[in-house]
Amino acid sequence: MPEIALRLEAVSQVFHPDTPNEVRALDRVDLELARGSFTIVLGTNGSGKSSLLGTIAGSLGPATGRIWLDDQEVTRWPEQRRARLIGRVFQDPFTGTAADLSIAENLILASRRGGSRWLRRAVSPDRRDALRDTVARLGMGLENRLETPIGMLSGGQRQALTVLMATMVHPTLLLLDEHTAALDPRSAEQVVRLTQEVVTAGGLTTLMVTHSLTQAVRLGDRVLIMHRGRLVHDLAEVRGQRLTEDDLLQLFDQLQWGDRLDESAAEMLRQTYV
Amino acid sequence: MNLLISSATMGLIFVPLALGLFVSYRVYQTLDLTTDGSFGVGVAVVAALLVRGVSPVTATLLGAMAGVLAGAITGIVHTQFRVGALLAGVLTTTALYSVDLFVMGGGNLPLANTESLVKLAERIGQQRFGIPETLTILGTSVSGGSLATLAMMGVLACGLALALTLFLGTDLGLAMRAAGNNPRMAKAVSIDVDRMVIVGLGLANGFIALSGALLAQHEGFANIQMGFGAVVTAVATLMVGEALFGKRPLGRWIAGVVAGSVVFRLLLALAIRAGLHPNALKLVTTVFVLTVLVIPELTRAARRRAMGSGAQHA
Repeated sequence: MPEIALRLEAVSQVFHPDTPNEVRALDRVDLELARGSFTIVLGTNGSGKSSLLGTIAGSLGPATGRIWLDDQEVTRWPEQRRARLIGRVFQDPFTGTAADLSIAENLILASRRGGSRWLRRAVSPDRRDALRDTVARLGMGLENRLETPIGMLSGGQRQALTVLMATMVHPTLLLLDEHTAALDPRSAEQVVRLTQEVVTAGGLTTLMVTHSLTQAVRLGDRVLIMHRGRLVHDLAEVRGQRLTEDDLLQLFDQLQWGDRLDESAAEMLRQTYV
Repeated sequence: MNLLISSATMGLIFVPLALGLFVSYRVYQTLDLTTDGSFGVGVAVVAALLVRGVSPVTATLLGAMAGVLAGAITGIVHTQFRVGALLAGVLTTTALYSVDLFVMGGGNLPLANTESLVKLAERIGQQRFGIPETLTILGTSVSGGSLATLAMMGVLACGLALALTLFLGTDLGLAMRAAGNNPRMAKAVSIDVDRMVIVGLGLANGFIALSGALLAQHEGFANIQMGFGAVVTAVATLMVGEALFGKRPLGRWIAGVVAGSVVFRLLLALAIRAGLHPNALKLVTTVFVLTVLVIPELTRAARRRAMGSGAQHA
Protein backbone atom coordinates (compact mmCIF):
# COMPACT_ATOMS: atom_id res chain seq x y z
CA MET A 1 0.00 0.00 0.00
CA PRO A 2 1.46 3.37 -0.99
CA GLU A 3 1.89 5.81 1.87
CA ILE A 4 0.33 8.66 -0.11
CA ALA A 5 -3.41 8.12 -0.58
CA LEU A 6 -4.07 11.25 -2.64
CA ARG A 7 -1.76 13.41 -4.67
CA LEU A 8 -2.62 16.56 -6.61
CA GLU A 9 -0.11 18.17 -8.94
CA ALA A 10 -0.76 21.73 -10.15
CA VAL A 11 -4.53 21.18 -10.28
CA SER A 12 -6.54 24.13 -11.57
CA GLN A 13 -10.27 24.38 -12.06
CA VAL A 14 -11.39 27.35 -14.11
CA PHE A 15 -15.06 28.07 -14.79
CA HIS A 16 -16.05 30.00 -17.93
CA PRO A 17 -12.45 30.32 -19.11
CA ASP A 18 -11.55 33.22 -21.43
CA THR A 19 -14.79 35.07 -20.73
CA PRO A 20 -15.41 38.09 -18.51
CA ASN A 21 -17.02 35.69 -16.01
CA GLU A 22 -13.88 33.61 -15.64
CA VAL A 23 -13.60 32.14 -12.16
CA ARG A 24 -10.38 30.51 -11.05
CA ALA A 25 -11.88 28.15 -8.44
CA LEU A 26 -8.62 26.25 -7.98
CA ASP A 27 -5.28 27.78 -8.84
CA ARG A 28 -2.42 25.31 -9.33
CA VAL A 29 -3.03 23.35 -6.14
CA ASP A 30 -0.39 20.83 -5.03
CA LEU A 31 -1.38 18.49 -2.24
CA GLU A 32 -0.43 15.12 -0.77
CA LEU A 33 -2.50 13.31 1.81
CA ALA A 34 -0.78 10.64 3.88
CA ARG A 35 -2.63 7.38 4.37
CA GLY A 36 -4.80 7.45 7.45
CA SER A 37 -4.58 11.23 7.91
CA PHE A 38 -7.59 13.41 8.71
CA THR A 39 -7.30 16.71 6.90
CA ILE A 40 -9.60 19.70 7.38
CA VAL A 41 -10.12 22.38 4.76
CA LEU A 42 -11.11 25.84 5.99
CA GLY A 43 -11.76 29.00 4.03
CA THR A 44 -14.32 31.64 3.18
CA ASN A 45 -17.26 31.12 0.89
CA GLY A 46 -15.96 30.97 -2.64
CA SER A 47 -12.40 30.21 -1.57
CA GLY A 48 -12.46 26.94 -3.53
CA LYS A 49 -13.04 24.40 -0.74
CA SER A 50 -15.96 22.68 -2.38
CA SER A 51 -14.32 22.98 -5.81
CA LEU A 52 -11.35 21.11 -4.37
CA LEU A 53 -13.56 18.23 -3.26
CA GLY A 54 -15.60 18.26 -6.47
CA THR A 55 -12.46 18.22 -8.58
CA ILE A 56 -11.01 15.30 -6.65
CA ALA A 57 -14.31 13.40 -6.91
CA GLY A 58 -14.56 14.17 -10.62
CA SER A 59 -18.01 15.76 -10.41
CA LEU A 60 -16.88 19.21 -11.51
CA GLY A 61 -15.76 18.44 -15.03
CA PRO A 62 -12.22 18.34 -16.36
CA ALA A 63 -9.52 20.19 -14.53
CA THR A 64 -5.93 20.79 -15.54
CA GLY A 65 -3.07 19.21 -13.62
CA ARG A 66 -2.86 15.62 -12.47
CA ILE A 67 -4.56 13.61 -9.74
CA TRP A 68 -3.47 10.28 -8.24
CA LEU A 69 -5.34 8.00 -5.85
CA ASP A 70 -3.26 5.16 -4.41
CA ASP A 71 -0.56 5.79 -7.02
CA GLN A 72 -3.07 5.35 -9.87
CA GLU A 73 -3.51 8.38 -12.02
CA VAL A 74 -7.25 9.13 -12.10
CA THR A 75 -7.11 12.48 -13.89
CA ARG A 76 -9.09 11.16 -16.86
CA TRP A 77 -11.44 8.89 -14.91
CA PRO A 78 -15.13 9.88 -14.87
CA GLU A 79 -16.82 10.47 -11.54
CA GLN A 80 -18.44 7.02 -11.24
CA ARG A 81 -15.09 5.32 -11.82
CA ARG A 82 -13.31 7.40 -9.20
CA ALA A 83 -16.17 6.58 -6.85
CA ARG A 84 -14.80 3.03 -6.67
CA LEU A 85 -11.99 4.53 -4.57
CA ILE A 86 -13.80 7.48 -3.01
CA GLY A 87 -16.51 7.59 -0.37
CA ARG A 88 -18.38 10.88 -0.35
CA VAL A 89 -20.81 12.68 1.95
CA PHE A 90 -22.44 15.83 0.60
CA GLN A 91 -23.60 18.93 2.43
CA ASP A 92 -27.24 18.38 1.51
CA PRO A 93 -28.54 15.22 3.21
CA PHE A 94 -30.84 14.70 0.21
CA THR A 95 -27.95 14.36 -2.25
CA GLY A 96 -26.28 11.29 -0.81
CA THR A 97 -29.32 9.01 -0.69
CA ALA A 98 -32.06 7.98 -3.13
CA ALA A 99 -35.25 9.25 -1.47
CA ASP A 100 -37.72 6.84 -3.05
CA LEU A 101 -35.68 3.74 -2.26
CA SER A 102 -35.79 2.04 1.13
CA ILE A 103 -33.06 2.25 3.77
CA ALA A 104 -32.07 -1.33 2.92
CA GLU A 105 -31.92 -0.62 -0.82
CA ASN A 106 -29.78 2.49 -0.32
CA LEU A 107 -27.33 0.62 1.89
CA ILE A 108 -27.14 -2.32 -0.52
CA LEU A 109 -26.41 0.06 -3.37
CA ALA A 110 -23.54 1.48 -1.33
CA SER A 111 -22.30 -1.99 -0.39
CA ARG A 112 -21.86 -2.75 -4.12
CA ARG A 113 -19.71 0.35 -4.69
CA GLY A 114 -16.82 -0.67 -6.90
CA GLY A 115 -18.28 -4.15 -7.36
CA SER A 116 -20.23 -5.65 -10.25
CA ARG A 117 -23.99 -5.35 -10.44
CA TRP A 118 -25.78 -8.16 -12.23
CA LEU A 119 -28.83 -10.27 -11.68
CA ARG A 120 -28.30 -11.26 -8.06
CA ARG A 121 -31.23 -10.47 -5.82
CA ALA A 122 -30.33 -7.15 -4.22
CA VAL A 123 -32.07 -7.30 -0.84
CA SER A 124 -31.63 -10.97 0.01
CA PRO A 125 -32.30 -12.28 3.55
CA ASP A 126 -28.62 -12.76 4.41
CA ARG A 127 -27.69 -9.30 3.17
CA ARG A 128 -30.59 -7.83 5.12
CA ASP A 129 -29.40 -9.50 8.32
CA ALA A 130 -25.94 -8.05 7.86
CA LEU A 131 -27.47 -4.61 7.32
CA ARG A 132 -29.56 -4.83 10.44
CA ASP A 133 -26.40 -5.11 12.55
CA THR A 134 -24.68 -2.26 10.72
CA VAL A 135 -27.66 0.06 11.13
CA ALA A 136 -28.19 -0.93 14.76
CA ARG A 137 -24.77 0.56 15.53
CA LEU A 138 -26.25 4.00 14.86
CA GLY A 139 -28.53 3.65 17.86
CA MET A 140 -31.35 5.39 16.01
CA GLY A 141 -33.74 2.43 15.93
CA LEU A 142 -33.58 2.37 12.14
CA GLU A 143 -32.74 -1.35 12.06
CA ASN A 144 -36.46 -2.07 12.42
CA ARG A 145 -37.41 0.29 9.60
CA LEU A 146 -35.23 -1.08 6.82
CA GLU A 147 -38.15 -1.09 4.37
CA THR A 148 -38.97 2.58 5.01
CA PRO A 149 -38.26 4.89 2.07
CA ILE A 150 -35.20 6.87 3.08
CA GLY A 151 -36.98 10.10 2.07
CA MET A 152 -39.23 9.74 5.13
CA LEU A 153 -36.28 10.13 7.53
CA SER A 154 -34.93 13.34 9.05
CA GLY A 155 -31.89 15.06 7.58
CA GLY A 156 -29.74 13.88 10.50
CA GLN A 157 -30.80 10.27 10.07
CA ARG A 158 -30.20 10.44 6.34
CA GLN A 159 -26.78 11.99 6.82
CA ALA A 160 -25.81 9.36 9.40
CA LEU A 161 -26.81 6.66 6.91
CA THR A 162 -24.84 8.44 4.19
CA VAL A 163 -21.71 8.32 6.37
CA LEU A 164 -22.26 4.58 6.76
CA MET A 165 -22.87 4.22 3.02
CA ALA A 166 -19.71 6.11 2.09
CA THR A 167 -17.59 3.83 4.27
CA MET A 168 -19.29 0.42 3.82
CA VAL A 169 -16.74 -0.45 1.17
CA HIS A 170 -13.36 0.73 2.46
CA PRO A 171 -12.58 3.94 0.53
CA THR A 172 -9.07 5.00 -0.38
CA LEU A 173 -10.28 8.51 0.37
CA LEU A 174 -13.29 9.79 2.28
CA LEU A 175 -14.58 13.21 1.19
CA LEU A 176 -16.82 15.13 3.61
CA ASP A 177 -18.23 18.34 2.18
CA GLU A 178 -19.57 20.35 5.13
CA HIS A 179 -21.64 17.31 5.88
CA THR A 180 -23.09 18.64 9.11
CA ALA A 181 -23.73 22.23 8.00
CA ALA A 182 -27.38 21.62 7.09
CA LEU A 183 -28.22 19.82 10.35
CA ASP A 184 -29.52 21.02 13.70
CA PRO A 185 -26.82 21.10 16.43
CA ARG A 186 -27.90 17.84 18.04
CA SER A 187 -27.98 15.88 14.78
CA ALA A 188 -24.71 17.51 13.73
CA GLU A 189 -23.09 16.29 16.94
CA GLN A 190 -24.40 12.76 16.33
CA VAL A 191 -23.07 12.74 12.80
CA VAL A 192 -19.69 14.13 13.88
CA ARG A 193 -19.35 11.44 16.52
CA LEU A 194 -20.30 8.76 14.02
CA THR A 195 -17.80 10.16 11.53
CA GLN A 196 -15.06 10.07 14.13
CA GLU A 197 -15.94 6.46 14.97
CA VAL A 198 -15.93 5.10 11.44
CA VAL A 199 -12.82 7.03 10.43
CA THR A 200 -10.88 5.78 13.44
CA ALA A 201 -12.17 2.22 13.12
CA GLY A 202 -11.29 2.02 9.45
CA GLY A 203 -8.11 4.09 9.62
CA LEU A 204 -9.56 6.10 6.74
CA THR A 205 -7.80 8.86 4.85
CA THR A 206 -10.22 11.75 5.15
CA LEU A 207 -10.54 15.19 3.59
CA MET A 208 -13.22 17.31 5.21
CA VAL A 209 -14.51 20.78 4.45
CA THR A 210 -16.09 22.50 7.42
CA HIS A 211 -17.13 25.89 8.68
CA SER A 212 -16.75 24.85 12.28
CA LEU A 213 -13.44 25.57 13.99
CA THR A 214 -14.54 23.33 16.82
CA GLN A 215 -14.84 20.40 14.44
CA ALA A 216 -11.55 21.35 12.84
CA VAL A 217 -9.48 21.15 16.03
CA ARG A 218 -11.40 18.17 17.33
CA LEU A 219 -11.21 15.96 14.28
CA GLY A 220 -8.32 17.09 12.16
CA ASP A 221 -4.68 16.24 12.44
CA ARG A 222 -3.90 18.65 9.64
CA VAL A 223 -5.62 21.90 8.69
CA LEU A 224 -5.50 23.52 5.26
CA ILE A 225 -6.66 27.10 4.79
CA MET A 226 -7.83 28.08 1.34
CA HIS A 227 -8.18 31.52 -0.14
CA ARG A 228 -8.99 32.44 -3.73
CA GLY A 229 -8.41 28.95 -5.01
CA ARG A 230 -5.02 28.50 -3.35
CA LEU A 231 -3.84 26.64 -0.28
CA VAL A 232 -2.42 29.52 1.78
CA HIS A 233 -1.77 27.64 5.01
CA ASP A 234 -0.91 24.05 5.74
CA LEU A 235 -0.83 23.22 9.44
CA ALA A 236 0.42 19.70 9.88
CA GLU A 237 0.18 17.62 13.03
CA VAL A 238 -2.43 19.85 14.55
CA ARG A 239 -3.45 17.26 17.07
CA GLY A 240 0.08 16.87 18.45
CA GLN A 241 0.44 20.63 18.83
CA ARG A 242 -2.96 20.89 20.51
CA LEU A 243 -4.02 23.70 18.26
CA THR A 244 -6.96 25.67 19.64
CA GLU A 245 -9.75 27.56 17.95
CA ASP A 246 -8.06 30.78 19.09
CA ASP A 247 -4.88 29.77 17.28
CA LEU A 248 -6.86 29.31 14.10
CA LEU A 249 -8.56 32.67 14.53
CA GLN A 250 -5.19 34.29 15.06
CA LEU A 251 -4.02 32.68 11.87
CA PHE A 252 -6.82 34.28 9.95
CA ASP A 253 -5.74 37.63 11.35
CA GLN A 254 -2.12 36.97 10.42
CA LEU A 255 -3.24 36.10 6.92
CA GLN A 256 -4.83 39.48 6.73
CA TRP A 257 -1.67 41.23 7.91
CA GLY A 258 0.35 39.18 5.53
CA ASP A 259 -1.77 40.75 2.81
CA ARG A 260 -2.81 37.35 1.62
CA LEU A 261 -6.38 37.98 2.63
CA ASP A 262 -7.96 41.32 1.97
CA GLU A 263 -9.84 43.17 4.65
CA SER A 264 -13.29 42.10 3.53
CA ALA A 265 -12.34 38.44 3.34
CA ALA A 266 -10.95 38.56 6.87
CA GLU A 267 -14.15 40.18 8.03
CA MET A 268 -16.14 37.44 6.34
CA LEU A 269 -14.03 34.81 8.03
CA ARG A 270 -14.61 36.40 11.37
CA GLN A 271 -18.35 36.61 10.79
CA THR A 272 -18.49 33.02 9.67
CA TYR A 273 -16.46 31.55 12.47
CA VAL A 274 -16.91 33.75 15.51
CA MET B 1 -69.53 -10.75 -22.47
CA ASN B 2 -67.83 -10.41 -25.82
CA LEU B 3 -67.17 -6.76 -25.10
CA LEU B 4 -65.62 -7.73 -21.79
CA ILE B 5 -63.37 -10.33 -23.41
CA SER B 6 -62.28 -8.13 -26.29
CA SER B 7 -61.49 -5.11 -24.14
CA ALA B 8 -59.69 -7.23 -21.54
CA THR B 9 -57.61 -8.71 -24.36
CA MET B 10 -56.83 -5.23 -25.63
CA GLY B 11 -55.90 -4.18 -22.12
CA LEU B 12 -53.51 -7.10 -21.80
CA ILE B 13 -51.98 -6.37 -25.21
CA PHE B 14 -51.18 -2.89 -23.95
CA VAL B 15 -49.63 -4.15 -20.70
CA PRO B 16 -46.08 -4.25 -22.14
CA LEU B 17 -46.60 -0.65 -23.32
CA ALA B 18 -47.60 0.36 -19.80
CA LEU B 19 -44.67 -1.57 -18.28
CA GLY B 20 -42.31 0.14 -20.71
CA LEU B 21 -43.60 3.54 -19.73
CA PHE B 22 -43.36 2.50 -16.10
CA VAL B 23 -39.64 2.01 -16.66
CA SER B 24 -39.04 5.27 -18.54
CA TYR B 25 -41.55 7.56 -16.81
CA ARG B 26 -41.57 6.18 -13.27
CA VAL B 27 -38.16 4.55 -12.80
CA TYR B 28 -36.27 7.17 -14.84
CA GLN B 29 -38.74 10.02 -14.36
CA THR B 30 -38.30 10.92 -18.02
CA LEU B 31 -41.22 11.27 -20.37
CA ASP B 32 -39.73 9.31 -23.23
CA LEU B 33 -41.28 10.35 -26.53
CA THR B 34 -39.58 7.44 -28.29
CA THR B 35 -42.66 5.56 -27.07
CA ASP B 36 -44.84 6.36 -30.12
CA GLY B 37 -41.97 5.50 -32.45
CA SER B 38 -40.95 2.25 -30.81
CA PHE B 39 -44.59 1.10 -30.66
CA GLY B 40 -44.79 1.78 -34.39
CA VAL B 41 -41.54 0.04 -35.19
CA GLY B 42 -42.80 -3.03 -33.33
CA VAL B 43 -45.88 -2.99 -35.56
CA ALA B 44 -43.83 -2.50 -38.73
CA VAL B 45 -41.15 -5.09 -38.06
CA VAL B 46 -43.52 -7.84 -37.01
CA ALA B 47 -45.76 -7.21 -40.03
CA ALA B 48 -42.89 -7.15 -42.51
CA LEU B 49 -41.50 -10.40 -41.09
CA LEU B 50 -44.85 -12.19 -40.92
CA VAL B 51 -45.68 -11.51 -44.58
CA ARG B 52 -42.28 -12.98 -45.43
CA GLY B 53 -43.22 -16.17 -43.64
CA VAL B 54 -41.10 -15.79 -40.52
CA SER B 55 -42.52 -17.66 -37.52
CA PRO B 56 -44.67 -15.46 -35.28
CA VAL B 57 -42.55 -16.04 -32.18
CA THR B 58 -39.34 -14.98 -33.96
CA ALA B 59 -41.07 -12.06 -35.66
CA THR B 60 -42.49 -10.81 -32.34
CA LEU B 61 -39.10 -11.07 -30.63
CA LEU B 62 -37.39 -9.22 -33.48
CA GLY B 63 -40.10 -6.54 -33.30
CA ALA B 64 -39.29 -6.08 -29.62
CA MET B 65 -35.58 -5.99 -30.41
CA ALA B 66 -36.20 -3.15 -32.85
CA GLY B 67 -37.74 -1.26 -29.94
CA VAL B 68 -34.70 -2.00 -27.75
CA LEU B 69 -32.52 -0.52 -30.46
CA ALA B 70 -34.72 2.56 -30.82
CA GLY B 71 -34.65 3.18 -27.07
CA ALA B 72 -30.90 2.70 -26.89
CA ILE B 73 -30.45 5.22 -29.72
CA THR B 74 -32.52 7.78 -27.82
CA GLY B 75 -30.48 6.99 -24.73
CA ILE B 76 -27.19 7.47 -26.56
CA VAL B 77 -28.31 10.72 -28.21
CA HIS B 78 -29.50 11.98 -24.83
CA THR B 79 -26.53 10.98 -22.67
CA GLN B 80 -23.57 11.14 -25.06
CA PHE B 81 -24.54 14.17 -27.15
CA ARG B 82 -26.31 15.97 -24.30
CA VAL B 83 -29.53 16.42 -26.27
CA GLY B 84 -32.58 16.95 -24.03
CA ALA B 85 -34.57 13.80 -23.35
CA LEU B 86 -37.74 15.11 -25.00
CA LEU B 87 -35.95 16.18 -28.18
CA ALA B 88 -33.94 12.97 -28.33
CA GLY B 89 -37.18 10.98 -28.20
CA VAL B 90 -38.87 13.09 -30.85
CA LEU B 91 -35.84 12.75 -33.13
CA THR B 92 -35.87 8.97 -32.86
CA THR B 93 -39.64 8.79 -33.36
CA THR B 94 -39.52 11.02 -36.43
CA ALA B 95 -36.71 9.01 -37.97
CA LEU B 96 -38.57 5.79 -37.21
CA TYR B 97 -41.55 6.95 -39.25
CA SER B 98 -39.43 6.69 -42.39
CA VAL B 99 -37.88 3.45 -41.20
CA ASP B 100 -41.36 1.98 -40.71
CA LEU B 101 -42.44 3.01 -44.22
CA PHE B 102 -39.36 1.32 -45.69
CA VAL B 103 -39.78 -1.80 -43.58
CA MET B 104 -43.48 -2.16 -44.39
CA GLY B 105 -43.11 -1.00 -47.98
CA GLY B 106 -46.01 1.42 -47.47
CA GLY B 107 -48.41 2.72 -44.86
CA ASN B 108 -50.57 -0.41 -44.64
CA LEU B 109 -49.88 -4.12 -44.52
CA PRO B 110 -52.72 -6.64 -44.18
CA LEU B 111 -51.88 -9.68 -42.07
CA ALA B 112 -55.15 -11.58 -42.56
CA ASN B 113 -53.49 -14.39 -44.49
CA THR B 114 -50.26 -14.68 -42.52
CA GLU B 115 -49.50 -16.77 -39.49
CA SER B 116 -49.60 -14.88 -36.17
CA LEU B 117 -49.37 -15.37 -32.42
CA VAL B 118 -53.14 -14.90 -32.20
CA LYS B 119 -53.79 -17.70 -34.68
CA LEU B 120 -51.21 -19.79 -32.85
CA ALA B 121 -53.08 -19.19 -29.59
CA GLU B 122 -56.37 -20.18 -31.19
CA ARG B 123 -54.86 -23.39 -32.53
CA ILE B 124 -53.20 -24.30 -29.25
CA GLY B 125 -56.44 -23.58 -27.42
CA GLN B 126 -58.34 -25.92 -29.73
CA GLN B 127 -55.85 -28.73 -30.01
CA ARG B 128 -54.16 -28.84 -26.61
CA PHE B 129 -56.89 -27.63 -24.31
CA GLY B 130 -59.91 -28.67 -26.37
CA ILE B 131 -61.61 -25.28 -26.34
CA PRO B 132 -64.60 -25.59 -28.72
CA GLU B 133 -65.19 -23.24 -31.66
CA THR B 134 -67.94 -21.43 -29.79
CA LEU B 135 -69.17 -21.78 -26.27
CA THR B 136 -71.82 -20.17 -24.15
CA ILE B 137 -70.91 -18.15 -21.07
CA LEU B 138 -73.65 -16.52 -19.02
CA GLY B 139 -76.07 -16.86 -21.90
CA THR B 140 -73.93 -15.26 -24.60
CA SER B 141 -72.06 -17.20 -27.22
CA VAL B 142 -68.34 -16.57 -27.22
CA SER B 143 -65.77 -17.71 -29.73
CA GLY B 144 -63.24 -20.16 -28.34
CA GLY B 145 -60.50 -18.44 -30.27
CA SER B 146 -61.00 -15.16 -28.47
CA LEU B 147 -60.81 -16.93 -25.11
CA ALA B 148 -57.55 -18.60 -26.14
CA THR B 149 -56.15 -15.25 -27.23
CA LEU B 150 -57.20 -13.69 -23.92
CA ALA B 151 -55.45 -16.48 -22.05
CA MET B 152 -52.25 -16.14 -24.06
CA MET B 153 -52.12 -12.38 -23.62
CA GLY B 154 -52.88 -12.80 -19.93
CA VAL B 155 -50.04 -15.25 -19.41
CA LEU B 156 -47.69 -13.03 -21.41
CA ALA B 157 -48.66 -9.83 -19.57
CA CYS B 158 -48.42 -11.37 -16.10
CA GLY B 159 -45.16 -13.11 -16.99
CA LEU B 160 -43.61 -9.86 -18.17
CA ALA B 161 -44.84 -7.98 -15.12
CA LEU B 162 -43.40 -10.63 -12.83
CA ALA B 163 -40.10 -10.66 -14.71
CA LEU B 164 -39.85 -6.87 -14.50
CA THR B 165 -40.60 -6.91 -10.77
CA LEU B 166 -37.92 -9.52 -10.15
CA PHE B 167 -35.45 -7.69 -12.39
CA LEU B 168 -35.92 -4.37 -10.57
CA GLY B 169 -35.09 -6.22 -7.36
CA THR B 170 -31.68 -7.36 -8.59
CA ASP B 171 -28.41 -5.48 -8.15
CA LEU B 172 -28.65 -4.26 -11.74
CA GLY B 173 -32.32 -3.29 -11.45
CA LEU B 174 -31.67 -1.46 -8.21
CA ALA B 175 -28.79 0.42 -9.84
CA MET B 176 -31.22 1.53 -12.56
CA ARG B 177 -33.73 2.75 -9.99
CA ALA B 178 -31.02 4.67 -8.16
CA ALA B 179 -29.84 6.22 -11.44
CA GLY B 180 -33.41 7.36 -12.10
CA ASN B 181 -34.16 8.50 -8.58
CA ASN B 182 -30.96 10.37 -7.75
CA PRO B 183 -28.20 10.44 -10.38
CA ARG B 184 -25.72 12.21 -8.07
CA MET B 185 -26.12 9.56 -5.42
CA ALA B 186 -25.86 6.83 -8.07
CA LYS B 187 -22.55 8.20 -9.35
CA ALA B 188 -21.25 8.45 -5.80
CA VAL B 189 -21.79 4.71 -5.38
CA SER B 190 -19.96 4.07 -8.68
CA ILE B 191 -22.98 3.51 -10.90
CA ASP B 192 -22.47 4.50 -14.55
CA VAL B 193 -25.63 6.60 -14.86
CA ASP B 194 -25.33 7.17 -18.62
CA ARG B 195 -25.06 3.47 -19.28
CA MET B 196 -28.03 2.81 -17.00
CA VAL B 197 -30.12 5.35 -18.94
CA ILE B 198 -29.22 3.73 -22.27
CA VAL B 199 -29.96 0.22 -21.01
CA GLY B 200 -33.12 1.40 -19.26
CA LEU B 201 -34.55 3.18 -22.28
CA GLY B 202 -33.66 0.13 -24.38
CA LEU B 203 -35.55 -2.11 -21.98
CA ALA B 204 -38.54 0.26 -21.83
CA ASN B 205 -38.85 0.56 -25.58
CA GLY B 206 -38.38 -3.17 -26.06
CA PHE B 207 -41.51 -3.67 -23.97
CA ILE B 208 -43.30 -0.94 -25.89
CA ALA B 209 -42.42 -2.39 -29.31
CA LEU B 210 -43.61 -5.78 -28.09
CA SER B 211 -47.01 -4.21 -27.44
CA GLY B 212 -47.04 -2.91 -31.00
CA ALA B 213 -46.12 -6.32 -32.36
CA LEU B 214 -48.96 -7.94 -30.40
CA LEU B 215 -51.49 -5.33 -31.48
CA ALA B 216 -50.73 -5.75 -35.19
CA GLN B 217 -51.19 -9.51 -34.89
CA HIS B 218 -54.42 -9.13 -32.96
CA GLU B 219 -55.89 -6.61 -35.40
CA GLY B 220 -54.76 -8.60 -38.42
CA PHE B 221 -53.15 -5.62 -40.11
CA ALA B 222 -50.37 -3.12 -39.65
CA ASN B 223 -50.75 0.60 -40.09
CA ILE B 224 -48.12 3.32 -39.96
CA GLN B 225 -50.33 5.32 -37.55
CA MET B 226 -50.75 2.60 -34.92
CA GLY B 227 -48.14 4.03 -32.59
CA PHE B 228 -49.60 7.51 -32.60
CA GLY B 229 -50.55 8.65 -29.13
CA ALA B 230 -49.16 5.54 -27.42
CA VAL B 231 -47.31 7.62 -24.85
CA VAL B 232 -50.44 9.47 -23.69
CA THR B 233 -52.46 6.26 -23.52
CA ALA B 234 -49.73 4.67 -21.45
CA VAL B 235 -49.53 7.60 -19.04
CA ALA B 236 -53.29 7.36 -18.56
CA THR B 237 -52.93 3.64 -17.89
CA LEU B 238 -50.25 4.22 -15.26
CA MET B 239 -52.47 6.74 -13.52
CA VAL B 240 -55.43 4.36 -13.40
CA GLY B 241 -53.18 1.64 -11.99
CA GLU B 242 -51.69 3.91 -9.35
CA ALA B 243 -55.13 5.14 -8.31
CA LEU B 244 -56.25 1.53 -7.86
CA PHE B 245 -53.17 -0.05 -6.27
CA GLY B 246 -50.92 2.72 -4.99
CA LYS B 247 -47.15 2.90 -5.40
CA ARG B 248 -45.82 0.74 -2.62
CA PRO B 249 -44.36 -1.81 -2.47
CA LEU B 250 -42.87 -2.19 -5.94
CA GLY B 251 -44.64 -5.47 -6.72
CA ARG B 252 -48.02 -3.97 -5.92
CA TRP B 253 -47.22 -0.90 -8.03
CA ILE B 254 -46.39 -3.07 -11.05
CA ALA B 255 -49.46 -5.26 -10.48
CA GLY B 256 -51.39 -2.00 -10.58
CA VAL B 257 -49.87 -1.20 -13.97
CA VAL B 258 -51.25 -4.47 -15.33
CA ALA B 259 -54.65 -3.92 -13.75
CA GLY B 260 -54.69 -0.29 -14.85
CA SER B 261 -54.15 -1.26 -18.46
CA VAL B 262 -57.10 -3.66 -18.42
CA VAL B 263 -59.40 -1.37 -16.46
CA PHE B 264 -58.56 1.53 -18.75
CA ARG B 265 -59.63 -0.47 -21.82
CA LEU B 266 -62.82 -1.55 -20.08
CA LEU B 267 -63.61 2.06 -19.27
CA LEU B 268 -63.02 3.07 -22.88
CA ALA B 269 -65.24 0.23 -24.12
CA LEU B 270 -67.98 1.27 -21.73
CA ALA B 271 -67.66 4.88 -22.79
CA ILE B 272 -68.06 3.92 -26.45
CA ARG B 273 -70.99 1.71 -25.61
CA ALA B 274 -72.56 4.63 -23.75
CA GLY B 275 -72.41 6.62 -26.97
CA LEU B 276 -68.93 8.18 -27.08
CA HIS B 277 -67.75 8.60 -30.65
CA PRO B 278 -64.63 6.42 -31.21
CA ASN B 279 -62.90 9.37 -32.90
CA ALA B 280 -63.03 11.21 -29.58
CA LEU B 281 -61.02 8.54 -27.74
CA LYS B 282 -57.65 10.28 -27.88
CA LEU B 283 -59.22 13.59 -26.88
CA VAL B 284 -60.92 11.97 -23.91
CA THR B 285 -57.70 10.19 -22.90
CA THR B 286 -55.77 13.45 -23.05
CA VAL B 287 -58.35 15.29 -21.00
CA PHE B 288 -58.23 12.46 -18.47
CA VAL B 289 -54.44 12.67 -18.14
CA LEU B 290 -54.55 16.44 -17.89
CA THR B 291 -57.23 16.26 -15.21
CA VAL B 292 -55.28 13.78 -13.12
CA LEU B 293 -52.15 15.92 -13.45
CA VAL B 294 -53.93 19.17 -12.66
CA ILE B 295 -56.17 18.17 -9.75
CA PRO B 296 -53.38 17.80 -7.17
CA GLU B 297 -51.99 21.14 -8.31
CA LEU B 298 -55.38 22.82 -7.88
CA THR B 299 -55.96 21.33 -4.44
CA ARG B 300 -52.50 22.48 -3.36
CA ALA B 301 -53.24 25.96 -4.61
CA ALA B 302 -56.62 25.93 -2.85
CA ARG B 303 -54.98 24.83 0.39
CA ARG B 304 -52.38 27.58 0.06
CA ARG B 305 -55.13 30.12 -0.46
CA ALA B 306 -57.03 28.78 2.54
CA MET B 307 -53.90 28.95 4.68
CA GLY B 308 -53.12 32.42 3.38
CA SER B 309 -56.55 33.79 4.32
CA GLY B 310 -56.32 31.98 7.66
CA ALA B 311 -53.10 33.78 8.38
CA GLN B 312 -54.72 37.08 7.54
CA HIS B 313 -57.53 36.43 9.99
CA ALA B 314 -55.03 35.59 12.69
